[in-house]
Amino acid sequence: MMEDFFLRALGGGIGAALAAGPVGCFVVWRNLAYFGTALAHGVLLGVALGLLLRIEPILAVFAVCLLLALCLTLLERQKLVSVDALLGVLAHAVFALGIVIVAFMERLRVDLIGYLFGDILAVGPVDLWLIFGTAALVGAALAWQWRNLLSITVNRDLAAVEGVPVERVRLLLLFLLAAVIAVGMKIVGMLLVVALVIIPAAAARRMAATPEQMAGAATAIGVVSAVGGLYAALWWDIPAGPAIVLVASTIFAGSLLLPVRGQSGRERRGIR
Amino acid sequence: MTLAASGDESHGPPLVRARGVSVRFGRRSVLDSVDLQVHAGEIVTLVGLNGAGKSTLIRVILGILQPERGTVERAPGLRIGYSPQHVRRDPILPITVRRFLTLGARARSDRLKAALDEVGAGAILDFPLAEISGGEMQRVLLARALLREPGLLVLDEPLSGVDIASQSELYNLIGTLRDRYGCGVLLVSHDLHLVMAASDTVVCLNRHVCCTGRPQAVLRDPEFISLFGPHLSESVAVYQHIHDHRHDALGEPMAIDADAPEPATEPATGAARQP
Repeated sequence: MMEDFFLRALGGGIGAALAAGPVGCFVVWRNLAYFGTALAHGVLLGVALGLLLRIEPILAVFAVCLLLALCLTLLERQKLVSVDALLGVLAHAVFALGIVIVAFMERLRVDLIGYLFGDILAVGPVDLWLIFGTAALVGAALAWQWRNLLSITVNRDLAAVEGVPVERVRLLLLFLLAAVIAVGMKIVGMLLVVALVIIPAAAARRMAATPEQMAGAATAIGVVSAVGGLYAALWWDIPAGPAIVLVASTIFAGSLLLPVRGQSGRERRGIR
Repeated sequence: MTLAASGDESHGPPLVRARGVSVRFGRRSVLDSVDLQVHAGEIVTLVGLNGAGKSTLIRVILGILQPERGTVERAPGLRIGYSPQHVRRDPILPITVRRFLTLGARARSDRLKAALDEVGAGAILDFPLAEISGGEMQRVLLARALLREPGLLVLDEPLSGVDIASQSELYNLIGTLRDRYGCGVLLVSHDLHLVMAASDTVVCLNRHVCCTGRPQAVLRDPEFISLFGPHLSESVAVYQHIHDHRHDALGEPMAIDADAPEPATEPATGAARQP
């Protein structure tokens, strides 16, 4: 027998995986893993602000992540502090701020653990709408700008000379990443949301010979992880978010045994 | 007077003209009122030491970087084919040479093959981009630039990563492409031997334009000599002397004026120095 909450959890997990798969590929291709982690640290601040201003938490988190991404983009222009250090500064500053604000709101009783590790079994109908709305938006935006996104990923300057509006395309990707983090945190929590983005994409590399295949494979791996993790959580009575991440990690480990696709004979001949 | 060698009106208006371009990074002046122009059918080479601002000037001319002062005018409808100095090729992105080429310009398979054949890299169309050699990558970048049917080719260090044996071959190829398509070529190179043999105009950059003109004239310019040293200047001059010819498409030597795009009406002045 399927309980409603379990079906909603399945739906939420699958929806988040659909959004995270292709965006995750760009995160992996463009070395944005730590950038994504920094954005995810804004989750608590977003949740707190959402409760204060009576906005849906997912939307408030999305707004805060987007703002963080824009701040980082602006701060990157100063050359004194490296981007790496900058991410560390901003991530922990907003995380600390989030905790402080949550502490002030004792009366509202924020479920801190739920936001840190995710609470997929508490996915409500509104969450489902937001998650699938985001997945649809991400899919449409990627389809629309796929070629430009690939082009700036390979080389920004070349893309700029060839007429790609580099800054706008880059901002679109940050926008999508913020959206994925906002819905993903509901599923696996802020501490693990980047795993949902990166691990399926990394696991997909060996199964793909083209960028599109890799995005497709990442999405499929994400969906399998979400479903597998949920059932594992139900079966062994373990937390669902970490279970999903562990299934994805296992698939990644298994993928290392596969031969790499998208490789000519040249390199392999060289090894022999 | 800005540029003696390319100021020749027989060329018509330039494809691209930079005037008084200045760029600062923080407090450091990288370019200081630089003038540069490239005409159709002309090979202009930027030489200069590391940190002279060569790549920065290229980025300004391409419109990627806004200069602090100065202007860049392009001929209306000018299409630029660009080959950057470094293109990161990370194996995490599964992309073939074919796909890389079509990111620049949508083209059918036979056109892609023809473009690669033209730069002598026809065999690697379906190779993963991350696996090809540095020299092959330079050819692929050149092919991607050509697929855009450019009026102006901008090549930033097109010989980097190319083994010495292939360097002159590739350099000859650039000349051949110029002759075949009549495009202007703006080149960055630090290999003076090759530069001097094939350029129409050399612009010696050291944040400002030190000197500019025909290769032979620039070689004798005191500013050039003080920058690169008398020894280098002489050795290049000797080299130039024995290579007083060009190569046709098959690499065969031919007289230098056989189909040179510039008539010998060039003013026999020395290099024009910037004030």
